[in-house]
Amino acid sequence: MKLERTIAPEFKAIDSIELIRPEQISLDNGCKIFCFNSADQDLIRIEWIFNNLRFDPAKPLLNVAVNTMLTEGTSKMSASQIADHIDFYGAFLQVDYGYDHSQVVLYTLNKHLASTLPVIEDLLSDSIFPESELVTFIRNQQQKLQVSLQKNDMVARRKFNKAIYGNTIYGLGAEFDDYKTLHREDMLVHFKQMYQPSNCTILVAGKVDDSAINLLQESFGTNWSNYSVKADITQPELQPASERFYFVEKPDALQSAIRMGLPSINRTHPDFPALQVTNTVLGGYFGSRLMANIREDKGYTYGIGSGASSLNKGGALFIATEVGTDVCKAAVNEIEKEINILKTELVPEHELSLVKNYLLGSLLGSLENIFSHADKFKNIYFSGLDYGYYDVYTEVIKSITANEIMQTANEYLDLDKFYKVIVGKY
Amino acid sequence: MVKFNRFTLDNGLRVIVHEDHTTPMAVLNVLYDVGARDEDPGQTGFAHLFEHLMFGGSVNIPQYDEPLQRVGGENNAFTSNDITNYYITLPATNIETAFWLESDRMLSLAFSEKSLEVQRNVVIEEFKQRYLNQPYGDVWLKLRPLVYKKHPYKWATIGKNIKHIEDARIEDVKAFFKKHYNPQNAIMVVGGNITTDQAKQMAEKWFGPIPAGEKYYRNLPQEPAQHEERRETVMAKVPLNDVYIAFHMPGRLDEGYYEIDLISDILSRGHSSRLYRNLVKEKQLFSEIHAYNMGSFDRGMFVIEGKPSENVSIEDAETAIWGELEKLKQQLVPADELTKVKNKTESTLIFSEMSLLDKAMNLAQFELLGDAAMFNHETEKYLAVTAEQIQKQSREIFRKENASTLIYLAEELIEQVS
Repeated sequence: MKLERTIAPEFKAIDSIELIRPEQISLDNGCKIFCFNSADQDLIRIEWIFNNLRFDPAKPLLNVAVNTMLTEGTSKMSASQIADHIDFYGAFLQVDYGYDHSQVVLYTLNKHLASTLPVIEDLLSDSIFPESELVTFIRNQQQKLQVSLQKNDMVARRKFNKAIYGNTIYGLGAEFDDYKTLHREDMLVHFKQMYQPSNCTILVAGKVDDSAINLLQESFGTNWSNYSVKADITQPELQPASERFYFVEKPDALQSAIRMGLPSINRTHPDFPALQVTNTVLGGYFGSRLMANIREDKGYTYGIGSGASSLNKGGALFIATEVGTDVCKAAVNEIEKEINILKTELVPEHELSLVKNYLLGSLLGSLENIFSHADKFKNIYFSGLDYGYYDVYTEVIKSITANEIMQTANEYLDLDKFYKVIVGKY
Repeated sequence: MVKFNRFTLDNGLRVIVHEDHTTPMAVLNVLYDVGARDEDPGQTGFAHLFEHLMFGGSVNIPQYDEPLQRVGGENNAFTSNDITNYYITLPATNIETAFWLESDRMLSLAFSEKSLEVQRNVVIEEFKQRYLNQPYGDVWLKLRPLVYKKHPYKWATIGKNIKHIEDARIEDVKAFFKKHYNPQNAIMVVGGNITTDQAKQMAEKWFGPIPAGEKYYRNLPQEPAQHEERRETVMAKVPLNDVYIAFHMPGRLDEGYYEIDLISDILSRGHSSRLYRNLVKEKQLFSEIHAYNMGSFDRGMFVIEGKPSENVSIEDAETAIWGELEKLKQQLVPADELTKVKNKTESTLIFSEMSLLDKAMNLAQFELLGDAAMFNHETEKYLAVTAEQIQKQSREIFRKENASTLIYLAEELIEQVS
């Protein structure tokens, strides 16, 4: 029988997604631990996640600086001793600052957990932010900032966030002089208030056996106590700017960075899954309309995409790309054209079914290992949602109609409300 | 320990199957034994441009991405100086779609003029975005020709210059395909929730009928040993000065490779590393500094790159780097420090087994290097390295006559001084 190469093999749509749910342990000091156990490999990832403190415009860098400098010294250990110890045991220690939360992450083989965990206990309870380390930190950050500011896409992102979020923690783009507002005393106060058990959620994924749990309970239950002042985790309301167009001219640019979009809903809103599907059609995957038109048909860019972000205080919908300076205006026109098509024409059936299958496949594919299951939990837990969210999400993907996508586009993609940032030539 | 089975089809296609039934997903990874080093010096950037064209439709399937997305799959590819690698991840129940797509583009491309025209433009924009419109983005366009005088590693995967890409014609594309894209020059890894029998049956069905094609025999000019110190200084619109020092080093399979890989860890991995500890934190001569080895198959490049702090002269910055290299040459690495970098390597390899795609890519690359089973012996090779061997390799490569130094001077800083 001759092989039929022109017809695709039969395939199955993804029916359901199995998510591994955590076991919860609540400690007396208010700290919560969620465990995702998989005995496949003798390794473990532990994340200590803290809500950021209320943004202070006069001292805008406190949240990020305190997080980044957690590895720079405690009363007992210098920065180099901390690094030596963690590295000696082949472990990986990271600090990650985010818009809503900041975290400390440890990756280690189980056999070295007992040796590495006390270091984390020490930094979370007793970081001292030595003055000499702070001076080095500021100097190096200021140098790195100079390099970042030469990158058009980076400048566009900063302008865009500032425009849609205003003078808040989300809108913050550190300026050179902001570093002058950093003082050790403020950092110590910030640290004590933020990095305390009642403001901490611990996520453990990997081989979470009894011995691991006992070690965690000892270090972060028994040995770790709360500060006298509760963490103030409220945040000022977002303040979108009234000016909607920003152009930063770079006379030598070969490409212009474009970033455009608007404030939007977050994951807690019932329309969010539909918005995610709509965003996918527009610019959320390689076959998206923006990629098909602006890269694959016109060749204006190496890449273009859109995204729907979800933060505690609200979300944003945005499109980002870098294009040849000679086609910058044309690219903006094409982006707007694609948005208008989405608002006025039904997505054809063959495209809609493709996007549905693609989204379900990539949800399944995003569950690569036990760490991914913990990541899925993070998405819902910190939005105040439960696992029902994923049932709704998969149901919306399966059932959404072309009409509903058009409605969603009309509701959430109002071009008159778009913020537009161009860095380069226009 | 990554288990696998392996077989070869009659047309020469080597197939490796890694069963992993803990995941509902599968991967199909196809490595072609062609990289930028195989390009004609007058047509550089071609392997990479060609990688883009592989997504422009094949002989029986007009659209590559669409049918894959329809079954919930994702794909991508990369080109290096040594290889071109394509990969698909998708729900394991739909793995046959991956066999169908990959086999058709190995059989033949559609060779559409439109696709060539568009991808030429896309690659030109990629050239601008990654190499020209970024501070220090053109470093590989400058450093490679300084380090390599004969070997085709002297050009970057993106190509020597944009003109080579602009000039690409459809006949060139066809000739490149014929020369490099056939079963004999490829290695396929199937991984995930699939059995070896299923993989074998589908491989026979979809790839079996593809003609073997011609075997490509690589015969590249080898890089002669370097005998003189090389140096280039460029003024550029960059915010800070930047120092690059590159050394010739052994190739991926040569003696000394593992020692040098550990040397890069000793110098620059993590906050306990020597360059960070001594030059960034203690002496505060640099705001950042890194050392790395490019992992090249042929004789490779060991690079140290650092941005001196404000008010630190280039001379002082270079002297400080050489001071650290001299220490490696003169004193044995202490036992604790050597254990540290070995422990780190061991745990990195264990953590890398968490990713199905990483495993598949590694198996393919090691098979190309001679034997996929080498992947399971990496840890022991690192663990066997001694302090004496590290000293020997340091003495071998960290010599002025083996160094190529590239300095970026920030124009603005110069103006401020004058």
